[in-house]
Amino acid sequence: MTWPTVDEWGIVVLSLKVSIVAVLVTLPVAYGLAWLLARRRFPGRVLLDAAVHLPLVLPPVVTGWVLLLIFGRTGPAGHWLEQTVGLVFVFRWTGAALAAAVMALPLMVRAMRLSIEAVDRRLVEAARTLGATPWRAFLTITLPLSLPGVLAGAMLGFARSLGEFGATITFVSNIPGETQTLPLAIYTALQVPGAESSVTRLALISVALSVAALVLSEWLVRRSHGRRAHVL
Amino acid sequence: MSFDVAIRYAAGERERDATISSAAKLVALTGPSGAGKTTLLNCVAGLHRRLSGHIRVGGETLFDRELGVDLPPERRRAGYVFQDLRLFPHKTVAANLAYGARPESPWKSPAEALDFLGIGHLARRYPARLSGGEAKRVAIGRALLSAPRFLLLDEPLTSLDPARAEEIVRLIERIRDELGLPILLVSHAAAEVERLAGATFVLD
Repeated sequence: MTWPTVDEWGIVVLSLKVSIVAVLVTLPVAYGLAWLLARRRFPGRVLLDAAVHLPLVLPPVVTGWVLLLIFGRTGPAGHWLEQTVGLVFVFRWTGAALAAAVMALPLMVRAMRLSIEAVDRRLVEAARTLGATPWRAFLTITLPLSLPGVLAGAMLGFARSLGEFGATITFVSNIPGETQTLPLAIYTALQVPGAESSVTRLALISVALSVAALVLSEWLVRRSHGRRAHVL
Repeated sequence: MSFDVAIRYAAGERERDATISSAAKLVALTGPSGAGKTTLLNCVAGLHRRLSGHIRVGGETLFDRELGVDLPPERRRAGYVFQDLRLFPHKTVAANLAYGARPESPWKSPAEALDFLGIGHLARRYPARLSGGEAKRVAIGRALLSAPRFLLLDEPLTSLDPARAEEIVRLIERIRDELGLPILLVSHAAAEVERLAGATFVLD
């Protein structure tokens, strides 16, 4: 077996770009949803909870098709975004990132919600009696104490994004250099006779990236645990 | 009048009435467990919202259903020392003390408070590594540094050995006499209540 080719490195770079953008864009949305579900009681909460979890239980192909309906060029959100900010999803890497983000959202929300629920509300009350507004109490108490969950959620989301296949290929197809991420490239190589070594290389890179993400997040969580001396 | 409280509030399953009206600097609240003493302190601090009536402390109206006054906790300026202390686990002792610190507090800085409380050597520790008596003093210091208009002390002597309890009682005496803040104290300890309080109200 030889070193990966230039094309294969391009696939890795594209996959990393898609996954990192997906996680960064989803992070604040997921945290906001996690906070709402953990701390607020409002009408429609059960429906929101179900909607967030939908990508986890639907066949990914169905999620990809729904994304196509909503964010396709003639879909309501897709049409509006193209007209107003010139953002196009279909057949673009941005679409791959959107598909990865939607698939990663439920996992990120679950991890963050657990860690927000674990933050003792009585500490927030104590902060309020000490003169903190609700917003300051959130920034200084809830957010830092739930940080391990944010990191765990980001790692899970990143790993899920790297592995995303069904929704991506349905929504943005399998275009080399644009939407062909690692799983799609491996799938494509498997269809070609004699490309076994390429499959092996790409598969090994996938494993290495996932393990690296796992180790990095473990290290980050442990570091923040140690420094903050707070056991969740 | 230091405390003028006449409220009806929901504590657990039942509705309770409480009337506290006293000019004494330190007012004690006693009564059996489950009498709603902590809930009453939460009402005064603005943490318990299911109530009617009025709460005035040192002439300031914190809550009055009829006048439509209901100050949020951060504007009531209560120095609340919780029974479970509620030190912030991710902040050092110094950072806990500094959290609500205001320039009008009796001390110029958290460092001065550390000296007054006799816990200067603990500034860089995290709450998980404090003894019960040390943590209690940090909680009292944190409340006082926020320049409160009054203090709410919930069972400040529980889980302390007699020597530590005596230290805390002396500290409360100093706060009462030197700082002159109105104090509402919940306690089971009859001897300390006798020694500290200018007036005692019983909830049952």
